[in-house]
Amino acid sequence: MNLEKVVFAFFIVLALTLNFGFFIGELDDGTHHNIYELFAALVVSLIATIMKFGDRAHIGAVLLATSLVADLQLIAAVIVWTITVHATDVGMTPSIMASIVSLSGGALLANLTSVIILVTETVMFRR
Amino acid sequence: MHNIIYLLLRRMRVPLVVVILAYAISMLGLVLIPGMDDQGNIWHMSFFHAFYFVSFMGSTIGFGEIPYPFTDPQRIWTTVAMYITVISWLYAIGSLFSLVQDQAFRRVVAHTNFTREVRRIRKPFYLVCGLGDAGRLVITELAEHGIRSVIIDRDESKIHSLQLEELPLRIPGLVADVTDSSVLIAAGLCNQHCAGAIALTGNDHTNLTVAITSKLLAPELAVICRAESHDAQANIASFGTDTIINPFDTFAERFAMMFKSPSMYLVYEWMTSLHEAPLSEFTAPPRGTWVVCGYGRFGKAIQKSLSFKGIKTIIVELDPEGTDAPEGTIAARGTEAITLHEAGIQQADGLIAGTDSDANNLSIIMTALELNENLFTVSRQNGNNNDAIFAAADIDITMHEGRIIGKRVVDMLTTPLLTNFLRMAILQNDDWANVLVSRVVGVLSDRPPESWSQIISTKHSPAVVHLLKKGMTVTVKDLLTDPRDTRSALPCVALYLKHQNYDELLVPDDDTPLQTGDQLLICGNATAETHMRWTARNTHALNYICSGYDRPSGSLWRWLSARRSSKSSA
Repeated sequence: MNLEKVVFAFFIVLALTLNFGFFIGELDDGTHHNIYELFAALVVSLIATIMKFGDRAHIGAVLLATSLVADLQLIAAVIVWTITVHATDVGMTPSIMASIVSLSGGALLANLTSVIILVTETVMFRR
Repeated sequence: MHNIIYLLLRRMRVPLVVVILAYAISMLGLVLIPGMDDQGNIWHMSFFHAFYFVSFMGSTIGFGEIPYPFTDPQRIWTTVAMYITVISWLYAIGSLFSLVQDQAFRRVVAHTNFTREVRRIRKPFYLVCGLGDAGRLVITELAEHGIRSVIIDRDESKIHSLQLEELPLRIPGLVADVTDSSVLIAAGLCNQHCAGAIALTGNDHTNLTVAITSKLLAPELAVICRAESHDAQANIASFGTDTIINPFDTFAERFAMMFKSPSMYLVYEWMTSLHEAPLSEFTAPPRGTWVVCGYGRFGKAIQKSLSFKGIKTIIVELDPEGTDAPEGTIAARGTEAITLHEAGIQQADGLIAGTDSDANNLSIIMTALELNENLFTVSRQNGNNNDAIFAAADIDITMHEGRIIGKRVVDMLTTPLLTNFLRMAILQNDDWANVLVSRVVGVLSDRPPESWSQIISTKHSPAVVHLLKKGMTVTVKDLLTDPRDTRSALPCVALYLKHQNYDELLVPDDDTPLQTGDQLLICGNATAETHMRWTARNTHALNYICSGYDRPSGSLWRWLSARRSSKSSA
């Protein structure tokens, strides 16, 4: 067992689970989507990205790419949330919540791809 | 480039994770701890405000407590968060700086820059391995001729000193081991613009490795290789290396030529060396007994060529068994008066100091000259930085290994015709050489000549090609006439002419007609070169030389003169 591999897989899977936890629920219902969960999802996703830095293998490059997509989607969701609450008079409406959650849904897909690649790689190298 | 980014990202992994975690923990704390707004209500900081606050706190900018003054629990947490974020930032920045200073990282950066620079060369270039005396001479002279080169050496200080020199071209240099084939590939061995590989390191085996790598990876490439032992020479020649230069044999051959035909030696010396001494100073070496100090590779080569000429030699060598010296060898260094006395220095005519230590060579010569001041002295010089003392020591001939090799390589690359000329000249007799020397001395008075080549083509001599197309005859003499005064010739001599169909002419006659595609080798005064090149490019000047008639150049005057000539003929 390799501690580096454990930490690596831990962050990739955690990014997916946190993302899923935020995404699940009625699309436009603000009470189903916790802001703490979005924060945690973003932080873990960023850390997962850094974990993938500097891997020169092709599979490492694809992992990094999916992670960057997830980061981008989550950052977009956070920016939409921040601007809605702090920079407009409208405040949070169901339609804006729906767009935030769908952005995080995109990140969820990217994180899912990451995990699928990780599992595939693990299955291929049976050691 | 990719290497640098990957290395940077890999090494920055931990510091970046630490920074992100520090931010996340600080923000989470600020969001969770309750504060109080201006009306005294319980108030929770939003994630946006927490991020804003941590951003300016972590970077120690510090705008104060916003949007409302903090409560004490918030202040406690802020104190903790301040230390966490500042320390994590310092850690990240410190890691980045130490990475940039790291030797391994800097080597990767230098390698990447070098590879990119080589890839961007769009002109033919030579790959030179080994920046010794010979390598330095080759790249400097090539740069003076406008030819690019790339240098690899294992010694970092040599590559750095090259960057400080003011050369007319930028020479990319890399500190690396040339026996590694990937280094040679990075230096452009397989590049389409690479014109040849030149192995000039001091180690025969390294040169052999470079030659064989070049022949395998780029079979079309010209390979020039330095070899100091006959064993290595045969090995390198076995797989088709184009040119192998053995500095000791080259010098010994030249030395033997001095005895055979002093004039021929002079012709060779003018054409191939950096010798700047006046012509009158040349004296032929005596044919009496010679004392050879040091029976290494240099001593062996010299002794062989001397005994071939039937000249008696006495050998002084510290280690006669180890060097396989002939019988009658005096086992000593040769620096002491007693040994030289024993070798019969008083009766000898010549002395050769051929050890591999410059100090010993100088000591041998100084001691010997005290015993017999009429000696003809030949010394081997090993290092470039001893130029001044060798010049001061009043030695008749100094053999500098690096200079002999370097000059051979430069001549081969910049004036290929010279090699052809010398190959034909060596077959001529002494009388031929005497005539040539007196002709050259006749036009040059006392200065050593320079040599250059002229190609008859639209690019290099448009005027000649233009007149030839019009059916006129241009002779060698026409090209070498002074354009300012058509009655006198330029101070130079045509040495060799090669036609397009590979017919060769040694010292062509003045009235030899030139043809398109001819290559001409000329030697003479440096100013003659400038004037000759001008004639070769200027149609009016050449036309006037050939016909003695100044043709009108503008279209109006051309039309008028055509009318006038048709009128007069009518």
